[in-house]
Amino acid sequence: MSGVDFGHRVVIVRRSRASVRFGARTALVCAVLGLAAAAVAVLGLGTGEFEVPPGEVIQALAGQGPGATRLVVVEWRLPRVLLALLIGAALGLSGAVFQSLLRNPLGSPDVIGFNTGAYTGVLVTMVLVGRGYYETAAGALIGGLAAALVVYLLAYKQGVQGFRLIIVGIAISAVLASVNQWFVIRVDLRLAVAAAIWGQGSLNTVKWEHVPPVAAAVVLLAGCLLALGPRLSLLAMGEEAAAALGVRTERARLLYLVVGVALTAVATAAAGPVSFVALAAPQLARLLTRTAGIALAPSAAMGALLLTASDWFGQRAFAPTQLPVGVVTVSLGGLYFAWLLTRPMRKAGS
Amino acid sequence: MILSDRRPAAPADRPAGVAAGNAGRSGWLLVLVAALVATCVLSIAVGTKNIGLGTVWDAFAHVADSDDHAIVRELRVPRTVLGLLAGAALGVSGAVIQAVTRNPLADTQILGMNAGAALFVVFAIGVLGLTSIWSYVWFAFAGVAFATVLVYTLGSIGRGEATPLRLTLAGVALGAVMEGVSAAIRLLKPRAFDYLRFWDVGMLGGRPLPIAEAVAPFILAGLVLAFAAARSLNAVALGDDLARSLGAGVTRTRVLSVVSVALLTGAATAAVGPIGFIGLMVPHAVRRIVGPDQRWIFAYTVICAPILLLGADVAGRVLIRPAELQAGIVTAFLGAPVLIWLIRRRVVTSP
Repeated sequence: MSGVDFGHRVVIVRRSRASVRFGARTALVCAVLGLAAAAVAVLGLGTGEFEVPPGEVIQALAGQGPGATRLVVVEWRLPRVLLALLIGAALGLSGAVFQSLLRNPLGSPDVIGFNTGAYTGVLVTMVLVGRGYYETAAGALIGGLAAALVVYLLAYKQGVQGFRLIIVGIAISAVLASVNQWFVIRVDLRLAVAAAIWGQGSLNTVKWEHVPPVAAAVVLLAGCLLALGPRLSLLAMGEEAAAALGVRTERARLLYLVVGVALTAVATAAAGPVSFVALAAPQLARLLTRTAGIALAPSAAMGALLLTASDWFGQRAFAPTQLPVGVVTVSLGGLYFAWLLTRPMRKAGS
Repeated sequence: MILSDRRPAAPADRPAGVAAGNAGRSGWLLVLVAALVATCVLSIAVGTKNIGLGTVWDAFAHVADSDDHAIVRELRVPRTVLGLLAGAALGVSGAVIQAVTRNPLADTQILGMNAGAALFVVFAIGVLGLTSIWSYVWFAFAGVAFATVLVYTLGSIGRGEATPLRLTLAGVALGAVMEGVSAAIRLLKPRAFDYLRFWDVGMLGGRPLPIAEAVAPFILAGLVLAFAAARSLNAVALGDDLARSLGAGVTRTRVLSVVSVALLTGAATAAVGPIGFIGLMVPHAVRRIVGPDQRWIFAYTVICAPILLLGADVAGRVLIRPAELQAGIVTAFLGAPVLIWLIRRRVVTSP
């Protein structure tokens, strides 16, 4: 990934049909972040009511060790940790896509009204259909996608421009939030609390059966991003520059928006709207890789690390009370924001 | 989507407003006052149970022990008084924020102030266990002041001044954080959740008259401060450097404005819950009538904002009768299209 990165060590691997080019530092950062995420995952698998030392966790993952340990680690805790990794990576990717497209470090799927729309969808589903995992996920998907579509169409005016998209997103979010509010005061308290817990983003209820669909979707969408190639970093350089370099900007932007929204949709359907991972992961990864633009792979690794660590913290910090992971990411996000805004900011390209 | 071909006029040759001259402006103001009175009468008469104007008059002139009189005196009048106060407060606070940040998109909701008030009220109710408005009104003030200072500080630290874009982003971001934290407190305290879901929506109904009496002094103080700052805000509109060379105390004006906004938004939010968009829409509409002079903008906003809020409240009572749409919901539905229209109208979108 590079906008203009003279002076970075770049590794180029050429084979007969394809060649891969990546910065040495970026690859190193990805590896370190991946290892850190794996370490936190092992830690998360080992801690809880039933403590398992890391060595035994790895044995249990390899299919050895006592049956009870395997049951706890593999059957009970592994799906949650796997989903945290997957969803974190998906959010990191979607954040990277949105921030490159909007050319704004505060760009995130939240700004296009996706999360508020998903919440509306979930409330409607809970009232009309039921409170099952899949019903909720479907409601979130439909609501979120509809909101994102409305925001996109309303922001469209000879193309979509970043700042306009953000403000239209705020407006539509406000309307949807008032609709949500109306539902919340009209339904009974238990339903309202259930919806509110979902609305914070939580991994408390995940099971093994939820993992394969999420994994498949994340892998597929990541593949789409790979297939789209380097257009994202070109778009991040600006409308004119990207067009001059041969990118059909409006079409490419739409494709990226679709993939970015789909990544958010998968994450939201699986765990509810987890805020701030998509926002923070790309910027933090960029700080480490020191690339000019926002890179996808480090963002994904950083997202996985952030979400896994937040979920572990949310589970253990006030045990036995389990905080929804979204509450932890929001608090982290607050610190991140204070830092982001107090830094002397370059004029964001908006 | 149809592509709009309209190009906005450059700020320099924007017309001074529909009503040119102070005589014209005063005349329009009288018309609007009449409209406000009419809205108040509507707000007292219309509802789930419509009450004839004659009965309304009797309820004040010849008090009798009838249901209609009770409805008017116990329910509709407090609601209308609250609407007047909160509407004026929210509208003027929006006008002040827009003036002091030189940002036409500024609004108490967008700049995170409602979220700040909500966070502190949630804390008061959920963690400290307070339930009477007399105690948590102070928390709403503190929350608004806290959010205002925080957003402004974060938006202006670093190189350069607090640009409108950075303030907007800081407000949205911090608002999201504060909403997240208050959501967390709510989830841990179901009792607070139950109480707060009705506060959150933003509504005029169901609040007794003492609440209006409690917040009135603060709102009046905030309005006085806003009008006191209006003249210097005219200078600040030209930019800090020019304002200084014109002799305006820029820092003093900022402080006055922020205090006024904290008083107005804090009191209104404590009384009726977070209601957005009044402060965004009204000053914009008013500016089209009276031009850029803040003194006239404030004066018109004091009259027009209650018209909008009470109108929204009445509409909410009529639209899905016998149920009610809360005023905060109606204003969101009215305000969002205005915001979208404002942003679509610009050709150059970075402010």
